[in-house]
Amino acid sequence: MERSNYHTQPTANGNQEVQSSVVYIRDLYKSFGNNHVLRGFNMDLFPGENLVIIGKSGSGKSVLVKCLVGLIEPDSGILKILDQDITQLAQKEMDELRTEIGFLFQGSALYDSMTVRENLEFPLRRHPDKVPGSSETDSLVEDALESVGLLHAIDLMPEELSGGMKRRVALARALMLDPKVIVYDEPTSGLDPITAKEIIHLIMDIQNQRGTASIIITHDMDCARVIANRMIILVDGVNYAEGTYQELYKNPDQKVKAFFK
Amino acid sequence: MPSTITLPKSLRTYLSEAGLITRFAIRFGKEVFMPPYELREFLRQCYILGYKSLPLVAVTGFIMGLVLTLQTRPTLMEFGAEAWMPSMVGISIVREIGPVITALICAGKIGSSIGAELGSMKVTEQIDAMEVSGTNPFRYLVVTKIMATTIMIPILVILADFIALCGSFLVEYTKGAVSWQLYFSQVFAHLDFGDLMPSTAKSFFFGFAIGLIGCYKGYNSKKGTAGVGRAANSAVVVSSMLLFIIDFVAVLIADIFYEL
Repeated sequence: MERSNYHTQPTANGNQEVQSSVVYIRDLYKSFGNNHVLRGFNMDLFPGENLVIIGKSGSGKSVLVKCLVGLIEPDSGILKILDQDITQLAQKEMDELRTEIGFLFQGSALYDSMTVRENLEFPLRRHPDKVPGSSETDSLVEDALESVGLLHAIDLMPEELSGGMKRRVALARALMLDPKVIVYDEPTSGLDPITAKEIIHLIMDIQNQRGTASIIITHDMDCARVIANRMIILVDGVNYAEGTYQELYKNPDQKVKAFFK
Repeated sequence: MPSTITLPKSLRTYLSEAGLITRFAIRFGKEVFMPPYELREFLRQCYILGYKSLPLVAVTGFIMGLVLTLQTRPTLMEFGAEAWMPSMVGISIVREIGPVITALICAGKIGSSIGAELGSMKVTEQIDAMEVSGTNPFRYLVVTKIMATTIMIPILVILADFIALCGSFLVEYTKGAVSWQLYFSQVFAHLDFGDLMPSTAKSFFFGFAIGLIGCYKGYNSKKGTAGVGRAANSAVVVSSMLLFIIDFVAVLIADIFYEL
């Protein structure tokens, strides 16, 4: 039976409204030898939503995120992004779809042989059809850097930036092609509490200004509390619990409670 | 019932590695003709890998010419054959010493830098970032680097040969008062197409091998900083070994043509 990727999503006034999910995952499995990492994971991400996925180390978060952006091919299951099943796409179609997905890497992954400007120009140069005019590249880069408060660092090399600055530049780079979905892999890990808070506010600003749908993979509960519209607790490769922060906070299950201690 | 032969583990590892390198080379062969062509990155790599190696290659070539002449001169003088010095040095350098020494120097400098760069990019997820941004990292990073080494190593070899001959001339000039014109006319009098062609052809293969092994080792380096070091190190070791194998095969083939 063909599963529909249209699901009821409650609106702010409590009414039920049919919304198309931006990301639709059903029965996702991925193993490495005898190590079964994802064991039938399900997920929907709706437009404009911030979905936080939390889980302990080894719960399958990183594998899930790599499946989401097509870096790892799942063994089985349906993984649709913007109505396209990424397991069925040819390389060229996948590259096209990737322009609609922004990805913030845990370690920032800035190209260390390029300046900050070149790092931001890179996705624009790769997809010139996404840029209205070549003369606009400079202003797009400058605007993106200004939005993360790092215009002064435009000609610096990544090695000259602090961890927090790198994360902000990586965030600006992820936004260069104006993606419809953004995936954040541990956006606050390795940062001091003040810088982490700045990153959280940046993510909130992006969501407010652009209305993009976001998936945030984290184990930082402060980050989850501020950002999440909805949360999924991932345990041993399956959705163990799902709901808003408050719903999960009140959940009596010991495994769920452990995340809030 | 047929008996099965179990190969030693080290041999299986070696054969498996050889198979993976071959598969990597086949992938290069497929991707090199597929658009988009990364011309800008290719030219940047030619500059970085070729032009920036020029000082090292020039110094090595110059010393190579000096040493070869200084060491050979007494023996030739003993037989009253010092007039043969330019031709002998010319043929030695152009046919064998120039290409092999230059390629070995480049395997050390370029092979290790490619291995370390790609290894570090792999470890820090920069290659993944490139793929996620809709860019084919193999075409952008690997194809451009292998193409650049394949084109630039022969050019470096030709330059190193010329500089080595200049070094040799310097010794001949200071010790035997031989003029520039006389020296080089003697060098080219005994060099023919059969000397230049095989050495230039094998230089292309040397360049390809250096780029291929450097990229393979870096692109497939395991996680961690230790993996980056191992990638750089084994890029030099494997490509140096491969250079001698290519040289041996090239000499065998050239020998067949000489006999025809």
